[in-house]
Amino acid sequence: MIQAGLRLDQAPPISVPFRFFLSAPPFLVLAAALLLWRGPEALQWRLTPAALALTHLFTLGFMSMVMVGAVMQLLPVLAGAPIPRPLAVAAVVHAALGLGTLSLAAGFVFAAAWLFKAGAALLGAGFTVFLGAVAAGLWRSRVRNTTVRVLRLAFLSLALAATLGVALASRSGWGIALPAAFADLHPAWALLGWTGLLALGVAYQVVPMFQLTPAYPRAMVRYLGAIVFGLLVLCSGASWLGGAWRPAADLCALALAGAYISFGATTIVLQQRRKRRQTDITLAYWRLGMASLIAANALWALRILAPAALPERADVLIGLLALLGFAGSIINGMLYKIMPFLAWFHLQSTGRTAGQAPNMNQILGQAAQRLQFRAHVAALALLVAAVAWPAALAYPAALALGASGVLLEANLIKVLRAFAQARPARSLSRIDAGSTPNELPARRSSPSP
Amino acid sequence: MELIGDYMTRHHKDCDVAFVRAEEKAAAADWTGLQREAGIFLVEIERHIAMEEELLFPAFEDRTGMSGGPTATMRMEHEQMRGMFAQMRAAAEARDAAQYLGASETLLILLQQHNIKEESMMYPMLDQALGEDAAQFLERLQSAAC
Repeated sequence: MIQAGLRLDQAPPISVPFRFFLSAPPFLVLAAALLLWRGPEALQWRLTPAALALTHLFTLGFMSMVMVGAVMQLLPVLAGAPIPRPLAVAAVVHAALGLGTLSLAAGFVFAAAWLFKAGAALLGAGFTVFLGAVAAGLWRSRVRNTTVRVLRLAFLSLALAATLGVALASRSGWGIALPAAFADLHPAWALLGWTGLLALGVAYQVVPMFQLTPAYPRAMVRYLGAIVFGLLVLCSGASWLGGAWRPAADLCALALAGAYISFGATTIVLQQRRKRRQTDITLAYWRLGMASLIAANALWALRILAPAALPERADVLIGLLALLGFAGSIINGMLYKIMPFLAWFHLQSTGRTAGQAPNMNQILGQAAQRLQFRAHVAALALLVAAVAWPAALAYPAALALGASGVLLEANLIKVLRAFAQARPARSLSRIDAGSTPNELPARRSSPSP
Repeated sequence: MELIGDYMTRHHKDCDVAFVRAEEKAAAADWTGLQREAGIFLVEIERHIAMEEELLFPAFEDRTGMSGGPTATMRMEHEQMRGMFAQMRAAAEARDAAQYLGASETLLILLQQHNIKEESMMYPMLDQALGEDAAQFLERLQSAAC
């Protein structure tokens, strides 16, 4: 039973998500800079130090940075799970994630144990605080729906992936011994668990929302998340046991690929059947993301079924498609909706009487988004091609990736400036105290001074 | 027996269709069409809000004693939406497609997340609170539609 006083809208102050969103594109630029420096070496095999640095700059510095910020914004609203002390949690997690990522990447690049130690400690602390805050919020939540169930599985996956990651960094930092399986389980849980399940949970809500598509099939919404999680557990167990269990691990992996392909294909079909026919950049990003998801999983399945058919470098291709193609695209597309909407919402909630809050298109127009989208597509295309011709294409790919990062940051700053310029002069502490329904200022009859 | 939630959810979808039609007219710079379709959409959505604020929410608040709870949030969001309705009306009259589409884009997110909350939380609570009286309320809603 819902108790009296339940507020369905308990979003945190705007600086909570915004600091994460604005910090993410610089890591793209940093990744591009690394690629420019180390060039082809980063693309030859997924486990070269340069490749590992590049991967983590992207997965932690860009992807997780945005995902964490989005969760801190959406969890209170989607799951009625207010995060305790959001400003303090955001400050700690943001700093730990940012500095930890830099340390870890530097550790890979300079092969310095102390950097791995710093990275392990910072990232461990950051994810612990984040997951602790999320758990505290979910504990108090009375909302029981499929999205919340899928999100819980995503957070469990993150806990496992982060633990494995910190362990692996600790191995490089302190030389502790670890089972060999950790090196494969970590990316599996990070990508198929944390990233994939969060994408599922969010997609079930926002895909029908943004283009008025039909709802996802009920069976998929109810069971796919649990199936993916279950398969990951089985796959991990079988990989761990090894030997005679290898075929079982392969079977689970194929089932996982199938699960994600079905999700990608379903999303594309739903978007084809949308009521709202206009194409916007977010839709374009989703289509690119789903196509990349399908391609990555198809290649992965092929690799399992016919390993001899693909060169070793196919792993790099799969990684690029899964990370930049899939995750990078939908994260980018979502940013272009979330940030302008939040800016509008917070401006609008502070009770402007002189004029109206600028609408989303006025805050960030399609033209600016389109330019950055093209840079992203160019970067993806060049990187994919660079797998086959690293010497020739690594540098152009790096430039395109850098351009994409710079343009994205420029667009996000546009949103920030639109928010800052439109907002009436108020002390920052009142804005940061958050605008809640019960605290809306009374509408004045004369414009504010 | 149809629940109130089902009826109201269906009306959400009807409003979605009207919303999209109006947007299409704006995108095509069909000003007469826009004024007509935007008019239809705004009438429908305001009727929906009136059903909630004048009939369903007061009944819920009476039966549960919760006036500062979920219905307060829903009312506040309705107020935010009214601001966007005014912008859309003005833009349709001024034949300003960019302004209309910007306002409707913003309204879309506000409206859809509001509808999700209503369909997943508010309406089930309503149906539960109204209990046996639900059929009576449903009749009143349906007769108000004519």
